[in-house]
Amino acid sequence: MDTTLSTTDLEFRDDVRAFFAKAAPEKSQQLINNPDTYKQGVIQWQKQLFEQGWVAPFWPREYGGAGWTVTQSYIYECERVTANAPDVVPFGLKMVGPVIYTYGNDEQKARFLPGILNGNDWWCQGYSEPGAGSDLAALKTRADRDGDDYIVNGSKIWTTYAQYADWIFCLVRTDHSGRPQQGISFLLIDMKTPGITVSPIRSINGVHSLNEVHFDNVRVPLANRIGEEGQGWTYAKSLLAHERTVIARVADSKSRLDRLRELATRELQGGRPMIEDEAFRARFTAIEVDLMALEYMELRVLAAMANNQSPGAESSLLKIRGTEIQQALHELTIELAGVYGGMIAGDSATAADLGHDFGDQARKDFMYGRASTIFGGSNEIQKNIIAKRVLGL
Amino acid sequence: MNFSFTEEQQMLQDSAARFVGQDYSFDRRQQDVGRTTGFDPELWQQFADLGWLAVPFEEEHGGFGGNATDLMLLMEQMGKGLVAAPYLATVLLFGKLVEAGTVGDLRDDLLTRVIAGQLQGGVAFMERQARYALADTSTRASRTAAGFELSGEKTLVLNGPVADKLIVSARTGGAQQDEAGISLFLLDRTTPGLELTDFRLMDGQPVANLRLTRVQVTADQLVGPENDGLALLQRVIDEALPGVCAEALGLMTHLTNTTIEYTRARKQFGVAIGSFQVLQHRMVDMFTACEEIRSLLYRAVCSADKPGTAEHRRNLHALKVLTGRRGKRVGNEAIQLHGGMGITDELDVGHYVKHLMVLNSLFGDADYHQQQLATLSLPM
Repeated sequence: MDTTLSTTDLEFRDDVRAFFAKAAPEKSQQLINNPDTYKQGVIQWQKQLFEQGWVAPFWPREYGGAGWTVTQSYIYECERVTANAPDVVPFGLKMVGPVIYTYGNDEQKARFLPGILNGNDWWCQGYSEPGAGSDLAALKTRADRDGDDYIVNGSKIWTTYAQYADWIFCLVRTDHSGRPQQGISFLLIDMKTPGITVSPIRSINGVHSLNEVHFDNVRVPLANRIGEEGQGWTYAKSLLAHERTVIARVADSKSRLDRLRELATRELQGGRPMIEDEAFRARFTAIEVDLMALEYMELRVLAAMANNQSPGAESSLLKIRGTEIQQALHELTIELAGVYGGMIAGDSATAADLGHDFGDQARKDFMYGRASTIFGGSNEIQKNIIAKRVLGL
Repeated sequence: MNFSFTEEQQMLQDSAARFVGQDYSFDRRQQDVGRTTGFDPELWQQFADLGWLAVPFEEEHGGFGGNATDLMLLMEQMGKGLVAAPYLATVLLFGKLVEAGTVGDLRDDLLTRVIAGQLQGGVAFMERQARYALADTSTRASRTAAGFELSGEKTLVLNGPVADKLIVSARTGGAQQDEAGISLFLLDRTTPGLELTDFRLMDGQPVANLRLTRVQVTADQLVGPENDGLALLQRVIDEALPGVCAEALGLMTHLTNTTIEYTRARKQFGVAIGSFQVLQHRMVDMFTACEEIRSLLYRAVCSADKPGTAEHRRNLHALKVLTGRRGKRVGNEAIQLHGGMGITDELDVGHYVKHLMVLNSLFGDADYHQQQLATLSLPM
């Protein structure tokens, strides 16, 4: 039992630090913070990572991965957050990419993987439907064979950044008999195909990142199906566990906790900084302790993954605790802002103009943060998974 | 990064798990704890023969040379079986203080007897007015021609009614709250002027209050440096904390597992109550709590080679905070989910909960450690 870094790991950490020092990630981060230049910022940063060879470190080397150990991935993530560098958008690199290199054929690998890596193709995820949320297998979007094509009809919802996407990976129903999990296939669909419309959904924080995607007689070549017909559920499920470990966002929460401490040293009440307030101190340290536990929970899962054990139901634990901690941080931050947590800054009156520099952002984070316990399989669904698969109930 | 155990550690864990699983029933525990000693002396001898009493001592002192991981593995199993034995008092507190604070023949003699299971010890470090503040010491040790004269009162000495020897903290200098000026003294339980009042804690373990009236000691009864006993005491407690929390984790794990088993067997409305989602989610929370404590335990064990550093202190505080909070929740939930059976004396659940509550109150409860953590994390 030890978590001491080896000399190789320490050298790697120096390399990562040197890269971040040179790459100036704050330039991309600035673009990302503004909804109008969001996409440009994401792609700019991804291309820098691609050139460095670090855009998909967890992919196998033969497909462009960096061959990092689990410890190295962990080091990278810690340094990334310290450097305030953006995270990559997960849909291509962390979600569909691994499905394609694991279950796709050679032609599909050659066609899709390069665009995912170099950032030329923006992907979005078509899983949830208006009538299929937690009960994902109830999805109704249908794909009917017509010669060498499928004809796709139906709707997908909560599709993050569909408005920017070149491609969507979808779970569709190709067979209506049997159990709901059977008869689902995994399709890659070009967003420019006639018959696709994207309608925006404005979120609780006032931002447009979510969408509903409608398919009206959309023609998709059979060649765009991953693996066998009817096996899509299996392919998708193998990914979900990984998605949940990604959602824990330990390094990000650690950085938010540091930021919160900093804010509390300068937020005054009656002439005294809030860092001296007993109630604040108790709430802060309660979150800190939870996060310290989560960090080692994640390391334990990563260490198991390094031993080629796939993250099973443990990833559900990470998802539950990780998102609860994120929300606790959002909550304490907006409450530290007090009444200023309700203010809305804009172009004409920026946060600085209004005299409070974190209330507006705290409000946005808090509001959008409510989504984290819902997406990726709601926390209640995660508890069902643990009850069934781990506790045997 | 590696969370696996060595072959030796695996063997230690297996032997402890075998003992708890096969040789130590709940009925036997109840019998043991009911004795005047609070444990079975034959069982203690068995622990000595298995080498468990030697685990945390250096090899050059006749020990096993075990580290924090070894201790964690052993103590977790003790918790699972709700083993009634003065391991904490005699080995982790008394024995470790002897090892760190005495020298030569005295040390060799005492440690040999502790490891052989032939000496029981206790450490008197608490006082009524101090709550968890270790420095708050009013018992005085005044200089005499021959050494020191001790007067004052100590409370709640674990294993006190049985201990052959006691280590007592007393003030040789400074004011009552000062960190400096505390010294530790080794006393025979038969020393004139030493009066013990025996009683029991809610988990059944025997403890004693001490009254010292002009107790005469010689200078060679000093344990560790004069006036600097607090640092030594703190170090030994810090080393014991992961063990204490590992035992708590063992208790919590048993409570969680037995609750799951019960809800799978117990039928109401024609179905097992474990099929109800409202109960399932609560058991998931119990399971999650155990995983969180295990994670913080690994964290503290991984920094145990850096004792006294801010990093390790933070890890210990966090561990004690969460073990206290989650332990309480798991205990209460285990009783609730067992329904009426949960509040009977017959069922083991209540006894596990009571021992868990005692452990969580020792060496500072969750609130106390959270405040200690705050002084490190949120400097004012």
